[in-house]
Amino acid sequence: MSRHHESSGQEDSAARISFTIDGETCAAIAGQTIMEAADGAGVYIPRLCDEEGLDPQGSCRVCTVKVNGRPVASCVHPVGAGDVVENDTAEIRGWRRDLVRMLFHEGNHLCPICEASGRCELQAMGHRFETFEADLFPYLQPVRPVDASHPDIMLDTNRCIRCGRCIRASRDLDGKHVFGYVGRGINKRVGVNGIDLSHTDIDLDDMAAALETCPVGCIIRKRLGFFSPIGRRLFDMTPPGTAIQKRKGNSK
Amino acid sequence: MSKTKVIEIEPLTRVEGHGKVSIHLDDNNQVHDARLHIVEFRGFERFIRGRPYWEAPMIVQRLCGICPVSHNLAAAKAMDQIVGAPRLTPTAEKIRRLTHYGQIMQSHVLHFFHLCAPDLLFGFDADASMRNVFALINLKPDLAMQAVRMRKFGQEVIRATSGKKIHGACAIPGGVNKNLSIPERDALLKDMDQMKKWAQGALVIARDYTLENLSMIERFATFSSSYLALVREDGALDLYHGALRAMDGGGNLIFDQADYRNYGDFIMEEVKPWSYMKFPFIKMRGRIDGWYRVGPLARLNCSGYIDTPEAAKALVEFKSLTGGRPNHMTLAYHWARMVEVIHCVEKIGELLNDPDLQGEDLAVKGDRAEEGIGVIEAPRGTLIHHYRVDENDLITYCNLIVSTTNNNEAINRAITSVAKSHLSGAPRITDGMLNHIEVAVRAYDPCLSCATHALGQMPLIVEVFDTSGVLIESRTREK
Repeated sequence: MSRHHESSGQEDSAARISFTIDGETCAAIAGQTIMEAADGAGVYIPRLCDEEGLDPQGSCRVCTVKVNGRPVASCVHPVGAGDVVENDTAEIRGWRRDLVRMLFHEGNHLCPICEASGRCELQAMGHRFETFEADLFPYLQPVRPVDASHPDIMLDTNRCIRCGRCIRASRDLDGKHVFGYVGRGINKRVGVNGIDLSHTDIDLDDMAAALETCPVGCIIRKRLGFFSPIGRRLFDMTPPGTAIQKRKGNSK
Repeated sequence: MSKTKVIEIEPLTRVEGHGKVSIHLDDNNQVHDARLHIVEFRGFERFIRGRPYWEAPMIVQRLCGICPVSHNLAAAKAMDQIVGAPRLTPTAEKIRRLTHYGQIMQSHVLHFFHLCAPDLLFGFDADASMRNVFALINLKPDLAMQAVRMRKFGQEVIRATSGKKIHGACAIPGGVNKNLSIPERDALLKDMDQMKKWAQGALVIARDYTLENLSMIERFATFSSSYLALVREDGALDLYHGALRAMDGGGNLIFDQADYRNYGDFIMEEVKPWSYMKFPFIKMRGRIDGWYRVGPLARLNCSGYIDTPEAAKALVEFKSLTGGRPNHMTLAYHWARMVEVIHCVEKIGELLNDPDLQGEDLAVKGDRAEEGIGVIEAPRGTLIHHYRVDENDLITYCNLIVSTTNNNEAINRAITSVAKSHLSGAPRITDGMLNHIEVAVRAYDPCLSCATHALGQMPLIVEVFDTSGVLIESRTREK
């Protein structure tokens, strides 16, 4: 599958197909994923492990939609001509709410004291799906040490949701392979390519994309926390999906 | 062996947080001791270790929902030293001051009207159904509305500077994260005249209550003590910044203009087994005699003057009651508190007209340090935050001496004093008698959740035991 969200001159000659999302007819190009096609049509499908410019991974499953009655991860599932896609239904919102809730319970996500608050995609999904009840699942309360060994960057995996965006961004965009998964199963986590961050021999420029893509407060630039006042933070004004929804009506 | 009966008041009502009082009676129903127990523990000083220092002002403000701004600012003042910013930009300091004055105003108003006014207006012995804010709303609706709107004004000041009324974000290491826009300023300015009038009205209530009931107040938990407060270089009241001044009960200075970064040279803390709240004392006065009081009464006793006109007049009148010597009356805290409300309102008015609040230069930094100590006069008194930070920017040490902790011994003495005068020898303990004890505690406006890190509210339970643990008497009342 090609890197999604890229446009090229070949699009003109590519086969155009149509499909529906929640009853609305949308145009797509054969070979696009459902998410790519939906993005192009200005229909936002919530997501965590995917970001424009990165290869899709299909791990968080927040972007789950139903295609012709069958649940699939829209970021990796190709759109087909005549597909009937369900996105914003009560049933699917319920699945997404549970997935997001489990992420909150799995890590230590303390929004009130987190500097990512207001620009955190997990928090934004929490708000979107109203995941306010705290008693559905047990809190695992993992104890994960903070890696503050680097002079400019800090890694707090207590807040990691294992979206893997940093791994792909570091490898494909920064070209540095700073991050990778370590461990298995419930113990799987993001680690650095070295004893700790200070041993990775990287500076801020080496991991610009990886730093930028972290959707939560796991990879942070030191000493800049809380500089954005409440009310003027990224998602205070434009929650995730705003830019995509603005495309509506401009799509071909 | 003589038997001791213990009466417990648990929890205390109309105070912030959860604590209990135990009163120890001998065979002849004479009170021989009374204690304020802090039975809950939260441990902020421990779990903040290992976190990056710029998180500290945000984490510690979660100690409390009443005065989070005070903790935010005290921690930020400590972090100013960590990032090498001993002097802030004018905009940053004035924004911090503005939010602090809003904080003290709303906290004092909440305490005076919502928590204490029922005692002062309806009497300590009034029926329990009268001793709450709902009775105030029913019987004095205009006053209750003033209280709500004054508190709202203070909260709006906080929201304008911090983004939220409770647990916002204002101070960051080395400064603040926003200035005050012209629309935000104007929205506050339009209420200033009304706030000044109401603050004067509240002062009159507190003053007249004190003067009209002076003979009772002089006998109600009145005792000589030392006092501690931050004062400005010239001795004026300064709630945000200054140096430490301590005076003894006779008004003699124990120390003055002490740099609060050396607080460890002046203040030590003692731990007692029956409370999670520590007992600080002035080092040079020793463990036994070194206890002191903080808060509005201590601040007015320690301050030579106030730099805003109406509060200055009010201070002169307050001090004239005791001929310029320290005022030792526990219930005079209420009057002192309302003097400070006027001061805060006047200061807010001054600041709102200052163009520095619209400045763009918000934060500075310099040479990194490993240790930072921030001290501020919180609504309830002197608040000390002390941190050490390692070379990786993580906090390795934290010590908090919270306002109510400073008043620990004084509150215990106030309880004992009132218990001895009102409970000793009484054949039967009445609800009104127990409320007298709570009135004494309440005067200090203790924030037990801050001091001890307790949470939650429960119905009041009073139990009387003999020394063998047999329950003699038990009463329960819903809060």
